[in-house]
Amino acid sequence: MILNKNFTYLCTVNILKRMNLPIYLDNNATTPMDPRVLDAMLPYFTSKFGNAASRNHAFGWVAEEAVDYAREQVAKLIGASEKEIIFTSGATESDNLAIKGVFEMYKEKGNHIITSVTEHKAILDACKHVEKLGGRVTYLPVKEDGLIDLQQLEEAMTPETILVSIMYGNNEIGVIQPVKEIAAIAHKHGALFMTDAVQAVGKIPVNVIEDGIDLLALSGHKIYGPKGVGALYVRRKGPRVKVTAQMDGGGHERGMRSGTLNVPGIVGLGKACELCMQEMESEAKRLSALRDKLQAELTVLEESYVNGNVEHRLPHVANISFKYVEGEGLMMAMKDLAVSSGSACTSASLEPSYVLKSLGLSDDLAHSSIRFGLGRFTTEEEVNYAIEVTKKSVNHLRELSPLWEMFKEGVDLSKIEWAEH
Amino acid sequence: MAYSEKVIDHYTNPRNVGTLDKSSHKVGTGLVGAPECGDVMRLQIEVGEDNVITDAKFKTFGCGSAIASSSLATEWLKGKSIDDAMKIDNMDIVEELALPPVKIHCSVLAEDAIKAAINDYRVKNGLEAIVSEKVHH
Repeated sequence: MILNKNFTYLCTVNILKRMNLPIYLDNNATTPMDPRVLDAMLPYFTSKFGNAASRNHAFGWVAEEAVDYAREQVAKLIGASEKEIIFTSGATESDNLAIKGVFEMYKEKGNHIITSVTEHKAILDACKHVEKLGGRVTYLPVKEDGLIDLQQLEEAMTPETILVSIMYGNNEIGVIQPVKEIAAIAHKHGALFMTDAVQAVGKIPVNVIEDGIDLLALSGHKIYGPKGVGALYVRRKGPRVKVTAQMDGGGHERGMRSGTLNVPGIVGLGKACELCMQEMESEAKRLSALRDKLQAELTVLEESYVNGNVEHRLPHVANISFKYVEGEGLMMAMKDLAVSSGSACTSASLEPSYVLKSLGLSDDLAHSSIRFGLGRFTTEEEVNYAIEVTKKSVNHLRELSPLWEMFKEGVDLSKIEWAEH
Repeated sequence: MAYSEKVIDHYTNPRNVGTLDKSSHKVGTGLVGAPECGDVMRLQIEVGEDNVITDAKFKTFGCGSAIASSSLATEWLKGKSIDDAMKIDNMDIVEELALPPVKIHCSVLAEDAIKAAINDYRVKNGLEAIVSEKVHH
């Protein structure tokens, strides 16, 4: 018995030694940089510091060569050619350049853009801007599994529609939209197809040719690369797509995005893409197995619900609502787990997640949601720990929850007149 | 946003979690908030001789600050007369727990819960409910 106890104790100590707390399970927000990416970047801060636009000396040539190489690495990951990659400061800039740039370039042709309500704010707010400039925007609703209805898209298309912008994978629930079908509908009506693929690129196969994508936004820091760098893919053939620059200056990036190139960042983005290309397939298998385990173990808890479509979903994401427990309170209980919640209390607006609400989720379930985002450096031990801590915390907070007590007593909570406050 | 030490203390070791017999004439129950808003507090008091609160229990669905606010409220209520309990102000809770501005509504909810529990007790015992005219900060 004593031996046994000691053994258990030693095992626990070992696990704790292996795991560094807190555990990071918020890889949809950002990812740690892969040390191999850092190694690739370092020389470009110091010895190889040249301006890629300096055409008349070796410092410039070295930088330009590095940028060209990175452009190839990025292009290869999405099946593009290197001339179609425009480097930006990140996906927010890429989204803005795509939406505003297409609107400005094609407004003679039409003023209508179609997007969806679950898009990232960078798309939604760029669309709001376009509306101020006289554009008309249709915000398609989503079905309760988070997918858009292709029939509704078809019906929303008009001769004035110049652009359809639908995200590839959703950041909160991981749902993957049927981009190929969406692109086909857009093209049938003579519109371009843009996709914010920040969460999908590097996690699942994305191919601009096969998928029929005309513009695509991606980001470095979601794929184990550096923050502050991203790219916009702009199709050059069939059709040749143009966007009006939103940043004027020295005419960098084929005139579409001026500004001295962030060479170390770009080198890092390129390296990050290369690593994803090499490891994506095995990594997706590993992560979806871990995610499925996490989800299976946590949905054993009574009154827990997975949000969004589980079939068409990114391999590393699970968004789960634990009814009768409030998300921020839950995150506080799981202080050694870094996750995020759709709870209002975590936002400045005091409104729960608009993505979850657009699935038709009631506010109380949206308040109770936790997003688990696994990543390249997530280990099985960490997932096991997360399962234990989450279960323990949900049970603990339910003991504290008057709603849970009422539910257990069979009180119909929807019949109670709550005082809105 | 980091929580204050006192919030963490009440959250980690909540005082007086539980349920009193709401059918007892000695018990007043206040249930405030709404699930849609992300917080619901149930605060109960048991009133003994001389209108003194002999026991207080709570259960709260909400964020850490909401749980801490109600835990603190039950601690303050025990041993207080009903009249003194009526005087507990949400800003006292804000101050004690060092709540940031976005969490003030948690303290408001706790004050509302106290008043609702007292009024439930009063009505049960044939007294009129006290209408609070207070405008919250």
